[in-house]
Amino acid sequence: MAFYVVQFLTGLASAASLFLVASGLSIIFGVTRIVNFAHGAFYMIGAYIAFTLTERLSGAFGFWGGIVLAALAVAVIGVIVEMVLLRRIYHAPELFQLLATFGLTLMVEDLVVLIWGPDDLVGRRAPGFRGAIDFFGQNIPSYDLFLIVLGPVVLGILWLLFQRTRWGVLVRAATQDRDMVAALGVNQKWLFTSVFAVGVFLAALGGALQIPRDAVHHAMDLRTIVEVFVVVVIGGLGSIVGAFVAAVLVSELNAFGILIFPKISIILVFLVMAVVLIVRPWGLFGKPEAAARRTPGLTVNPWRPLTSNERLAALAALLVAAMLPLFAGNYLLTVGSEIAIFVIFAVSLHFLMSVGGLASFGHAAYFGLGAYGVAFLAKMAGLPMIVCLLLGPLLGCMGAAVFGFFAVQLSGVYFAMLTLAFAQIVWSIAFQWVSVTGGDNGILGIWPEKWAASPSHFYWLALGVAASVTIALRAMVFSPFGYALRATRDSLLRSEAIGIDAKRIQWTAFVIAGTTAGIGGALFAYLKGSVFPDNLGISLSVDALVMVLLGGVETVSGAVIGAIVYKALNIWLVSQTDLSKLVLGGFIMLIVVVFPKGIVGMLEMLAQRRRKSSPPGSPLLAKPIESAE
Amino acid sequence: MKLTVQGLNSHYGPAHILFDIGFEVGEGEVVALLGRNGAGKSTTFRSIVGLVAQRSGRIMFEGKDVSAKPTHEIVRDGLGYVPEERRIFTDLTVEENLEVGRQPKRPNAPHWTREKLFALFPNLGEMKNRPGGRMSGGEQQMLTIARTLMGNPSLVLLDEPSEGLSPKIVEQMVDAILTMKKEGVSIVVSEQNLHFARLISDRAYIIERGRICFGGTMAELDARPDIRDAHLSL
Repeated sequence: MAFYVVQFLTGLASAASLFLVASGLSIIFGVTRIVNFAHGAFYMIGAYIAFTLTERLSGAFGFWGGIVLAALAVAVIGVIVEMVLLRRIYHAPELFQLLATFGLTLMVEDLVVLIWGPDDLVGRRAPGFRGAIDFFGQNIPSYDLFLIVLGPVVLGILWLLFQRTRWGVLVRAATQDRDMVAALGVNQKWLFTSVFAVGVFLAALGGALQIPRDAVHHAMDLRTIVEVFVVVVIGGLGSIVGAFVAAVLVSELNAFGILIFPKISIILVFLVMAVVLIVRPWGLFGKPEAAARRTPGLTVNPWRPLTSNERLAALAALLVAAMLPLFAGNYLLTVGSEIAIFVIFAVSLHFLMSVGGLASFGHAAYFGLGAYGVAFLAKMAGLPMIVCLLLGPLLGCMGAAVFGFFAVQLSGVYFAMLTLAFAQIVWSIAFQWVSVTGGDNGILGIWPEKWAASPSHFYWLALGVAASVTIALRAMVFSPFGYALRATRDSLLRSEAIGIDAKRIQWTAFVIAGTTAGIGGALFAYLKGSVFPDNLGISLSVDALVMVLLGGVETVSGAVIGAIVYKALNIWLVSQTDLSKLVLGGFIMLIVVVFPKGIVGMLEMLAQRRRKSSPPGSPLLAKPIESAE
Repeated sequence: MKLTVQGLNSHYGPAHILFDIGFEVGEGEVVALLGRNGAGKSTTFRSIVGLVAQRSGRIMFEGKDVSAKPTHEIVRDGLGYVPEERRIFTDLTVEENLEVGRQPKRPNAPHWTREKLFALFPNLGEMKNRPGGRMSGGEQQMLTIARTLMGNPSLVLLDEPSEGLSPKIVEQMVDAILTMKKEGVSIVVSEQNLHFARLISDRAYIIERGRICFGGTMAELDARPDIRDAHLSL
């Protein structure tokens, strides 16, 4: 019995830090509507700076002062980020904001290693809380007790701040209607900046307070941000009480999950999150949002099929690509095959995201499922390659059919988070079900048969499949199904009013996109000769998003260019520098802020401008999308 | 002149909504902006306070050009705005809604306190702690006006204050507007309801398809039934 009580208390102690970070994320989202992916990064910097300060400053005062100073310092960094980066993208579609803050996260990961080195750092114990308290023979660290008390105290302080101060009233008002707050004479800019500072302060404090419990390392940001996403989704985005309850719930699930369901402990919280999102998409304590006007793109350029000249040009480009084996060596051909595979992957996400208006943050799940499908068929059933390639993607198809059914019930940020959660579930299964998937060691030895074994043959195979997939999806955009899908994207309500079964159309699109991604994954397994859980990981999902964005979300086939440029750049960067994440992160932020239309979008705009002088009011950057009277 | 608008043009994306709108409001005057649904009344107001991003033209308020200023600065200069769809903060109580609108005292404008506003709108005084979302439409309309008055404006843009209200509440609204006028607040009120406008206004402009097509005193408008019938649906 005492053991369970101690386990419960350990869970509560973990909840404190999680609550601090989650409440910060929630507050920022409530007012600015930005889902701050970099929140985990701020948490991590908080821990690192606190580590350094508590090492340098001595005594109890030095320790606690160091913790608070670290949080304040990170808050200042947050203010700079808000003023330099976020102020430019408040009116951009939510996807852009997620990507910009993700780019920031990438940069921070490299910077942290650059400054503090790659090794785990073990921080000082907290003065006055070094020992443990005996509870019927079980030890409870006294620092855990301190954290257990701290959680509710912070909750109380935040409650007072929001209920009893003018700042709090303004923030709550802005959460509901930003424009109206400005129309009453409140300077939104500084309100946003202060809210961001408070949110970042809480994240950094959460990180700083962890140093006596956990080692500080450079991967703690992603683990935290995923957990925090789960917490705010369960609790309800924008609700502080919800963040508290959900933080406790998630921490206890983690603490007891290991005891009760050791096999599925990792996916337990994601299962709960998925259930909450399906039953109560706005979270336990959140409020259902008024159906937000679907953010259209930045400008509305009607799509059209290619003219015959453009078709010839595309064909010529394909022919040039097909001639690569005539002059390129094996390494270049392998790179070419990888790029072709990522074209398939990017095009599949683009179909879901740009044509269907559903930005998935877990698209790698279906890519990876296709890869695992091939691995199972080839290694366990010993089927020939061609059969594996045809049947392997069906695993991606089935995954997309199941998850897609639930995901399309939601939209916007919630859709993105649910797809992320599903991808994490799939990742956890691949990681934990060692007897079938090999866990972290993956499945090795999936080599292509003789007919496709040489780099040039495999390259032609990958190129051929990529071209066919791209053409097929493009044809679908201009088919009746494509029209219906675009109708649901532009206005769900109106499309339903003219008799389109919107959910069903979106579900179909999800399955098509998932299956296509699976085809890419199947080829990828053969290219690498192995499958790992990373093939379904978050970073691969984000890679796909960046490719689509880089090519241009609003274009019909920008993803092809985006995939080629991004993948080539990525491979080149990794070979050139150890700081590839730093460069890549900066690059992502640059695209979001300076070229929100992507490469193809830019080219289209330049071409248009040459044809006629540009129409008034189509500046490069996103304008607020206003509601017409 | 308290407020002078000249050559105001506004766009929503590619759509041109307002065409060379111009009008004037004198010190302490109540001016009606009349027009049908979709004529451009709300867009005119939103453009004046800077809530429409794509606008051009000159907006002189108390002798200063405010057309390049951001919304909150225009409002802080004393130009209050009461939006049409009663955008009160439904999660906030009556008192908190008023708090959001509070601004420092202004030398050239009447000073409004909570007590004074509760005297003007007695209903509000009886529900200080009620969340805005649990009030009737008429009470919400009063709260929107009271909230803007908390900023001590010297001029108020009132967007369709009588819309959707019962006749009894409309009467109270007329009283409130006349009190505001008596205190020295200049008012521009947009209306579809000529009867209501006549009870409170000194002068009127008619707007149709984004253009001003008439301007004059209420008596001059009454002398032109042709204009009235062509541009206002009565």
